[in-house]
Amino acid sequence: MSRASFYIPLAVFALIMGLGYIGFDLGARNELPSALINKPFPEFNARLLDDAEQTVTRDDLLGKPAMVNVWATWCPTCLSEHGELMRIAATTDVVIVGVNYKDRPDAAKQWLAQYGNPYDWVLDDRDGLLGIEMGVYGAPETFLLNAQGEVVYKRVGDINPRIWRDELEPRFRLLGVSMSGDSAVSTAP
Amino acid sequence: MIPEFGNFALTLAGVLALGGAGMGLLAPRDEVLQRSAMSMVFGQWAFSFLAFAALVYAFAVDDFSVAYVANQSNTLLPWYYKVSAAWGGHEGSFLLWILIMGSWMLAFCLRSSQYPQHFTTRTLGILSLLNLGFICFALFTSNPFIRLLPLTPADGADLNPLLQDFGLIVHPPLLYAGYVGLSIPFALAVAALMEGRVDATWARWCRTWTNMAWAFLTCGITLGSWWAYYELGWGGWWFWDPVENASFMPWLAATALVHSLSVMENRGTFKSWTLLLAITAFSFSLLGAFIVRSGVLTSVHSFAVDPERGMYILIFLALVVGGSLSLYAARAGQGAVKVGYSMLSREFFMLINNVVMVVSLAVVLWGTLAPIGYEALSGGRISIGTPFFNAFFVPLGMALLVALAFLPVLNWKRTRAETLGSVYQAFAISAVLGVLLWFVLDPASVVVASAVALSAWVVITHGQQLAVRWRRGRLPAAYFGMTLAHLGFAMGTLGIAITSTQSTESDVRMTPSSTVELAGQRVTFTGVKGVLGPNYRAQQGVFILTEPDGSNAYELRPEKRQYLAGGNVMTEAGIAAGFFADTYISLGEPLDGGAWAVRLHHKPLVRWVWLGALLMALGGIVAVFDKRYARRRRKALVDDTLLTPSS
Repeated sequence: MSRASFYIPLAVFALIMGLGYIGFDLGARNELPSALINKPFPEFNARLLDDAEQTVTRDDLLGKPAMVNVWATWCPTCLSEHGELMRIAATTDVVIVGVNYKDRPDAAKQWLAQYGNPYDWVLDDRDGLLGIEMGVYGAPETFLLNAQGEVVYKRVGDINPRIWRDELEPRFRLLGVSMSGDSAVSTAP
Repeated sequence: MIPEFGNFALTLAGVLALGGAGMGLLAPRDEVLQRSAMSMVFGQWAFSFLAFAALVYAFAVDDFSVAYVANQSNTLLPWYYKVSAAWGGHEGSFLLWILIMGSWMLAFCLRSSQYPQHFTTRTLGILSLLNLGFICFALFTSNPFIRLLPLTPADGADLNPLLQDFGLIVHPPLLYAGYVGLSIPFALAVAALMEGRVDATWARWCRTWTNMAWAFLTCGITLGSWWAYYELGWGGWWFWDPVENASFMPWLAATALVHSLSVMENRGTFKSWTLLLAITAFSFSLLGAFIVRSGVLTSVHSFAVDPERGMYILIFLALVVGGSLSLYAARAGQGAVKVGYSMLSREFFMLINNVVMVVSLAVVLWGTLAPIGYEALSGGRISIGTPFFNAFFVPLGMALLVALAFLPVLNWKRTRAETLGSVYQAFAISAVLGVLLWFVLDPASVVVASAVALSAWVVITHGQQLAVRWRRGRLPAAYFGMTLAHLGFAMGTLGIAITSTQSTESDVRMTPSSTVELAGQRVTFTGVKGVLGPNYRAQQGVFILTEPDGSNAYELRPEKRQYLAGGNVMTEAGIAAGFFADTYISLGEPLDGGAWAVRLHHKPLVRWVWLGALLMALGGIVAVFDKRYARRRRKALVDDTLLTPSS
């Protein structure tokens, strides 16, 4: 065996790492270049979860920056981000609109009663039609809208303190939303 | 305060790992530093243990101010699930990983009197360096002790109901013991490359650790498969899911390593190849961790996506694997020994094993990574499933069985062809068995009949040799262990062949007090009643199974559970486990008129898949107790020159 053959494993590894990196890059594209970025949020007409008589349209979202959060009770990651949404709702003036995506309304109401309701409105999207308009391909997803109703940012995946700190809060500050309290998550010493 | 103590203990463990790595690697021949490297390993274990105990405590007392506890637990959870919830999520399971790493290092320390001191120190240095990487990962990207203040939830979000199960309590610890245990052969290989000494003695040291880690990994994977079978409600036991593949790849590499170490110990050859396998096996453990924890691949198992973690593991992987493979490229091949052997020799058949394992590894790696490559190149998504893997694993498994059948009678170096008579006789018997079976099987399948015949062949030849050696009173533990493991492989293959082709499955609509036929049994559905568990409400179906004449009646009670916290609905299959067949009933959806959708399975020999795997693991452990691996005091080796250095 020639000396050079001992380098083959290293070369194979480099190849796999390259592939792994590409895959990771794809996986990490949580800020997906959504077709909606810098475009107006789609027109919609949705019923409220807790009051089926009342409908909400795109016009109701105008005038103030808002965060549109797609969630469902069948989605474990939604539960894990729920605490952070509650914190955002409690400590900031951000308008949070929930889209209850492909879910059972009774389960969704029970969930909100149990874990608290961080949403200003919860839209009932049990058939997922609004989700299709929004280009949702999983829950949770979060869209950031400016006061003109344009999508400025989209995250696929959970909202956690780090995402809030690095991605969401600076954008909201830029849009002029006031924060009554700063991030209150403390790390052990 | 307790979580803060835990965090502090973990930090201290990290500092000690840094110290141990520095001392072990920079000055392995200084006696004072040798001793302190050793005591730092004790410290790493002790502080990891304290950190883990602190986390378990936070779960036990429902401290929902800790974010991880709030996400994973709930006041309604029974106490044993509260404890096991500590490793039910990413952060806590990684802390468990670190504790297990510390335990392996401690075990290595305790047995280290049989190795030269400087070699021990160097190995501990490498292990400490790895542990440092793990601890930093936990501290900086996945800290389980982070508090949720001031907004502490009143109750936790509950442990994923899929994980509220005995299987989950033991599956991760066993699996991690296997993954992490492979770090010892890895560290031994790197230390050997650094010292430039790779010889038969090194192989003997390495075998104990490799066998143990391999046995743990085997048990861990088996348990995962069993858990998927009864908990997921689909009646399957292996799904070629990326995460399963992630555990299967290090297993394949470790299996190859177990065999090549045997050749190296007995014949002094396969040196560079063995080192490469030792590095590869652990590298695949790390790759598995990367796949599961970075969100590169989506799967039912994956933890929440976090790019920061993925990047950390990717860099860590590049340093550890890239570093060790560079060292390998620079140093391997020194002192290579040319040892001749004929085709009819154990060496050659071990080589067949190694080739099969490496090809399998390549297949699984391809099946796991190809979807990523495809997405990168074309932007689309493909999924690679069972047909792809079967196309490779059926012929590979057959080839392995043929090689195995010969193995017991083979000698090292060469075997006279005339001595193979008994193997051919055994083949004749099993071939007849296969042909007979071909008429019984439904559906008849040449592949299955031959798989069964080949398995029988393996069992017969191994049984023969076992009897011969037993009568001669020459049955060392290593040989006995090998036989057990090979019988386990034959048993598992037999189970796989039969259960995956001969099972019956039917989805039926059943009204109360209706009866259906399942594989010769009568199944009567008596109805559904509500029951209340500790943290769930369930609808429990009651089924009575009898023989056609009404004898041997027993009940199965599959459930559909709704967990009170979170409202998740889970199915809990009703399984009548049998050595020869399982009857498996799961409750589907309620239909109108009090009827239910019911899924019924009859699965012959499904248990053999896991029993075979456990037999393999048992064989690996039995082999460790061979006399030649017994602890030898260093005074027996007075100085290192007794151990012939290879370079």
